[in-house]
Amino acid sequence: MTDATLSFDVAMEKFDPVLGFEVHVELNTATKMFSSAPNVFGDEPNTNVNEVDLGLPGVLPVVNRKAVESSIKIGLALNCKIAESCTFARKHYFYPDTPKNFQTSQYDDPIAYDGHLDVVLSDGSIFRVEIERAHMEEDAGKLTHMGGATGRIQGADFSLVDYNRAGVPLVEIVTKPIEGAGSRAPELAKAYVAAVREIVKNLGVSDAKMERGNVRCDANVSLRPYGQEKFGTRSETKNVNSLRAVENAVRFEIQRHAAVLDSGNTIVQETRHWHEDTKSTTSGRPKSDADDYRYFPEPDLLPILATPAWVESLRAELPEPPAARRKRLQADWGYTDLEFRDVVNAGVMDEIEETVAAGASAAVARKWWMGEIARRAKLADVDPVGLGVTPAVVVELDALIRSGAINDKLAREVLDGVLAGEGAPAEVVQTRGLAVVSDDGALQSAIDTALAAQPEVADKIRAGKIQAVGAIVGGVMKVTKGQADAGRVRELILKTLGVEA
Amino acid sequence: MTELIKHSAATLAAMLAAKDVSAVEVTQAHLDRIAAVDGDADRGVHAFLHVNTDEALAVAADVDGRRARGGADAEDLHEMAGVPIAVKDLIVTVGQPTTAGSRILQGWHSPYDATVVKKLRTARMPILGKTNLDEFAMGSSTEHSAYGPTRNPWDLDRIPGGSGGGSAAAVAAFEAPLALGTDTGGSIRQPGAVTGTVGVKPTYGGVSRYGAIAMASSLDQIGPVSRTVLDAALLHELIGGHDPHDSTSLTDPSTGLVAAARTGNVQGLRIGVVKELGGEGYQAGVLARFNESLDLLRDAGAEIVEVSCPNFVYALGAYYLIMPSEASSNLAKFDGVRFGLRTLPKDGPMTIERVMASTRAAGFGDEVKRRIILGTYALSAGYYDAYYGSAQKVRTLIQRDFDAAFTQADVLISPTSPTTAFRLGEKLDDPLAMYLNDVATIPANMAGVPGLSIPGGLADEDGLPVGIQLLAPAREDARLYRVGAVLEGLLEESWGGPILNMAPELVATQTMEAK
Repeated sequence: MTDATLSFDVAMEKFDPVLGFEVHVELNTATKMFSSAPNVFGDEPNTNVNEVDLGLPGVLPVVNRKAVESSIKIGLALNCKIAESCTFARKHYFYPDTPKNFQTSQYDDPIAYDGHLDVVLSDGSIFRVEIERAHMEEDAGKLTHMGGATGRIQGADFSLVDYNRAGVPLVEIVTKPIEGAGSRAPELAKAYVAAVREIVKNLGVSDAKMERGNVRCDANVSLRPYGQEKFGTRSETKNVNSLRAVENAVRFEIQRHAAVLDSGNTIVQETRHWHEDTKSTTSGRPKSDADDYRYFPEPDLLPILATPAWVESLRAELPEPPAARRKRLQADWGYTDLEFRDVVNAGVMDEIEETVAAGASAAVARKWWMGEIARRAKLADVDPVGLGVTPAVVVELDALIRSGAINDKLAREVLDGVLAGEGAPAEVVQTRGLAVVSDDGALQSAIDTALAAQPEVADKIRAGKIQAVGAIVGGVMKVTKGQADAGRVRELILKTLGVEA
Repeated sequence: MTELIKHSAATLAAMLAAKDVSAVEVTQAHLDRIAAVDGDADRGVHAFLHVNTDEALAVAADVDGRRARGGADAEDLHEMAGVPIAVKDLIVTVGQPTTAGSRILQGWHSPYDATVVKKLRTARMPILGKTNLDEFAMGSSTEHSAYGPTRNPWDLDRIPGGSGGGSAAAVAAFEAPLALGTDTGGSIRQPGAVTGTVGVKPTYGGVSRYGAIAMASSLDQIGPVSRTVLDAALLHELIGGHDPHDSTSLTDPSTGLVAAARTGNVQGLRIGVVKELGGEGYQAGVLARFNESLDLLRDAGAEIVEVSCPNFVYALGAYYLIMPSEASSNLAKFDGVRFGLRTLPKDGPMTIERVMASTRAAGFGDEVKRRIILGTYALSAGYYDAYYGSAQKVRTLIQRDFDAAFTQADVLISPTSPTTAFRLGEKLDDPLAMYLNDVATIPANMAGVPGLSIPGGLADEDGLPVGIQLLAPAREDARLYRVGAVLEGLLEESWGGPILNMAPELVATQTMEAK
């Protein structure tokens, strides 16, 4: 059952949205936050674990220095203050994905606090998001609920747990309440998460792949009547795992809240689950501000002391900030402001950079990422990067076109094959037999047939109306099922008719 | 009883080095003693929950082989190689079960060794087995063990102290020359006091806690249990030192402990009597023996001064907030999901929450539940500041009391325990009376300072051992051995031999009725 919603425009007429985000970033350190077990994604379940990750009796945690450095770098990149001394705390709740039945996190003294992030919206304007804190913690294991229809715990027969992820270092970035976004709230949500993702990827501290859960967003939404200072009751949509989903989830929650409030009812403070298939959220668990996690300082760990010298040495290691990088890339690529903004909004800037680095021209890279790939992503309702096309594929397709082996139309078919898992573009060309017909003999007979079928067009061309040749080219392409080099066909037609191009 | 088991660890080590005796003979003698007097939950001392016969003998044989071969094999042997030891069953060991005295870990085998156990193995000390304790080290009598109580070798109707009653009783009954204990509020020192043995709680961080099942992380410390001050120093030096697996372990641990024990001297030393650790609530015989010790130390050239630690009176109360708070957190992992006991609910839905709840209901004993409930309450939102927060402030005040006292005295002295061993069952239904056993030992844990308990004689009224406690500033563990060795020598001179010579002979359990 889907909740009632108001249309977005009506919701915006009646209510003022306030947002807040908690973004969890998985760090790509070699080992875990508090143990020496490998921090690797995708291995056999429960292989990257040791006695510490399993919370066996007697174990003690040891802080991963590299993870602390990554956390400080994130804090610096978010313009935060870095705490000279901070502690870990235990956050208690019984759940089988948490081996100790508490999560080692930070509570009242996060390593980074009081920062901000300037987010560029699609019209080029800048929206400043205030960062309340960024703190260190450990990830939980991964539960897979078996036997139920929904994959959720309700209705499942049993659950499997994989502790490979347990203890993976996380940085949780928490914003202050974001007011004043108005109808741009969904767009801001997406742009904010994209900006955080860009920062951590740029820092090299996270693989930053949302589809793998390296960057996960909890989106808080509340509405209040315009002019009211007090915030409305919020909902927290958990683990939204793509940029589009962040935008859609915020939009949906605004519309849902508006419908509830407009009908005179009240919002329940709770977590919500986002469903990609229905583009809607459903109720999770009640969440009150009084949830009692019985935090207390982690007695097994000493405070983290971030000396100014250490912090400054880390600051010196920071890479070029994303804003400066964008400016540089736009100049390098020669894109117009509009072109570049579209690229950024589509979230394919990194991909274009990699494509160019791999040998394609900036124009070709844009043509693919903003053209065919974006079109397919829209159809498939995913982010362009989520489609599965790699920069290497684009470069190979481009090379095949430039060599004359395939044309644009065939290239799209080759891409079908690549996405269907048939291998690299060259392999697909081979197995699907998609190479252009470059045998002039075969083309000539097709041309003769096409000319014979349209004698009046042939006459026009002979009379010098060369642009009419397109109709004959079209006929030839139809006969050859598109597998001809259109340029060559055109030459041969003109030659057959004895016309100088 | 073969005389071999009466020797101290230091003497055994010397005899082994001189090849006067083999490690297998020494180990077998102790295993025979265990077989003769340890019995089971119903009779005998019941110090051991598991006896590690095969491995202990194999390690001993390996030591003997190396000595026989000579050369580097023999020269590289640790001076304690071949001296057997017992390990409190709170410390994890590969190849033996570790129960923590709890039903919830029945049959559990650790896949890893505690750091201290690794050190014992590196030194090639045969591990005789795992000793009994109050469940998860929560208690002062070892009666809270899920596997039945340990009995005091001085009187099998009495408690051996706790939580480390098994380790203390094993050493007192000559079942082992040495043992490892853990001390959170007195669990090494108080059993030492009531069994006539030596027990040391090192400076917090002096010995790695990795592999000791945590009760209260900020208070727990592993330490030696022995019959002589020198033996304790030998074991303390062996197990001490920085461990990268324990972030709270000191990078510059105490050294010179054995040297201090060998060259004890109190000439000109200021020894502070803590006014608040004595008087009302202390048994007359305990105070009489304590005062005699002060006289002996004074005669040996020490200056006895009185110091006041006014906040020590709040130590017990603060301890019973901090300890249960940390314990409630540390024990959360025992839920039946990954290891240990799993109990399914008898009826109703089979949810994870209910499986965890029924496992914990069946697996934990009453004292453990009592402390989990206390700690959960103390950490709850709205109560945290009043309970945990206030207790931490008291802790700071206790540390300041120690700081001030140590400007007036080089070491502090007090009775270890207010009373001698009480009868089994006597305080089992009165938790507050039980908690008062630790009133003199708790301040050291709250401040992280080291403490040592040595036998101070027998109380006149019941003929049972009395413990004398020495306390030193953090990282000054050597002072304990320096003073302890002197006092031990003077007392043994006055008794005409070790205190355990006065203990009654234990009867082989085969001839005993079940208790």
